[in-house]
Amino acid sequence: MLTKRIIPCLDVKDGRTVKGTNFLQLRDAGDPVELAARYSEEGADELVFLDISATLEGRKTFLRMVERVAEAIQIPFTVGGGISTVEDAGRALEAGADKVSLNSAVLARPSFIEETSRRVGSQSVVVAIDVKKIDGQWTVWTKAGTEATGKDALLWAEEAVQRGAGELLVTSMDRDGTTSGYDVELLKAISDRVSVPLIASGGAGTKEHLRDAILLGHADAVLAASIFHYNKISISELKSFLHDSHIPVRKTWTT
Amino acid sequence: MIGIINYGAGNIRSVSNALNRLSVPHFISSDYTKLNQADKLIFPGVGEARSAMDALNRAGLTEWLKEVSVPFLGICLGMQLLFDHTTERATGCLGVVSGTNERFNNNNTQLKVPHMGWNQVRLNGDNPLFSGMRTGEYFYFVHSYYAPIVQATIGTTEYDVQFTSAIQQKNYYGVQFHPEKSSTAGLKLLKNFIDVC
Repeated sequence: MLTKRIIPCLDVKDGRTVKGTNFLQLRDAGDPVELAARYSEEGADELVFLDISATLEGRKTFLRMVERVAEAIQIPFTVGGGISTVEDAGRALEAGADKVSLNSAVLARPSFIEETSRRVGSQSVVVAIDVKKIDGQWTVWTKAGTEATGKDALLWAEEAVQRGAGELLVTSMDRDGTTSGYDVELLKAISDRVSVPLIASGGAGTKEHLRDAILLGHADAVLAASIFHYNKISISELKSFLHDSHIPVRKTWTT
Repeated sequence: MIGIINYGAGNIRSVSNALNRLSVPHFISSDYTKLNQADKLIFPGVGEARSAMDALNRAGLTEWLKEVSVPFLGICLGMQLLFDHTTERATGCLGVVSGTNERFNNNNTQLKVPHMGWNQVRLNGDNPLFSGMRTGEYFYFVHSYYAPIVQATIGTTEYDVQFTSAIQQKNYYGVQFHPEKSSTAGLKLLKNFIDVC
């Protein structure tokens, strides 16, 4: 049976892992390659690295990190942050990433989804959608959640898939960094509308939150950052809990 | 020495990284005269079947691939291309193994396509490729088309349907999943291919 994936997410700035609350207030959480290797050993099914460096130098450092990650671990990983040309996407994949996550660039120019998926295959194209609820409507935000686009999240999700997204990474900005739980209604609304896998993001604080994102939010994979970085929950403990909740997971813990 | 076949449609680097982890000497080439020097061959593949076959034709590898005599491992699309045909843009493939690859059907269901993530492989009897491994081991899959169950099938996986996730026909082995991305189980399988196949 296909298992649900547990995905630690590492935000990387100038070669270091950081984690913000509501996209602000960055805190240092260690060397990304070391963390990646640790998560892989603990049973992470996949990893996501987001480059939040704002400088050219930071981006070069990030690509070197991608190469080091690919040498160090043998599980799939996605990279995102600042990918705005097909060449950027190609460089990340050549460095050893399995998928690229596209966000602001495809909101500015949706046909970039087609261009990238035609070049690298839709299985390697993740479209990330940052969502904030405004007056009861789920709206899409861009540029790391700093600017409203006016787009409806459900319609944008459908459009992204039609254009060639192989997977969606849906982040609730209202919940991100709060540890108050995923927005399961948002997840379910999108997951039930699209034919590609959905990764839930934003709000994980307890094991029950990850369970609910899968059972109630119909997520195919759950992404979290701070609960893993600060050892609040270990991956093996989480998987064992999900297994006991009758959710199929890759068994990597010992009993 | 292991040769990795490079035709512009493979996850070459990941395979090479995995072999480095196993300290296995290898080289990457698109030239069959060089690849003929290899003791064993690995044939990776990602992306779309028609473009991959076009790339093989351009590289002049198509006929050579059908007559390889050393142990050969096709990965993902590299396994599917060993079959006769795929419904992906109605593409003729290498025909080493009989059968047609088809797309997962989600026209009337909530089935998510691609089949993406870790799933189990049920083994049909003993095969050196899975030596020392249990049936039901997890491997990482990413694909929208699947291979039918045929005589050469040595492992199967379930996703809406039962499909072939591993084959062997004479010296030709193939796996639908990505051993180079399947953690310790995947490294073990690659090591088996190198040591005992």
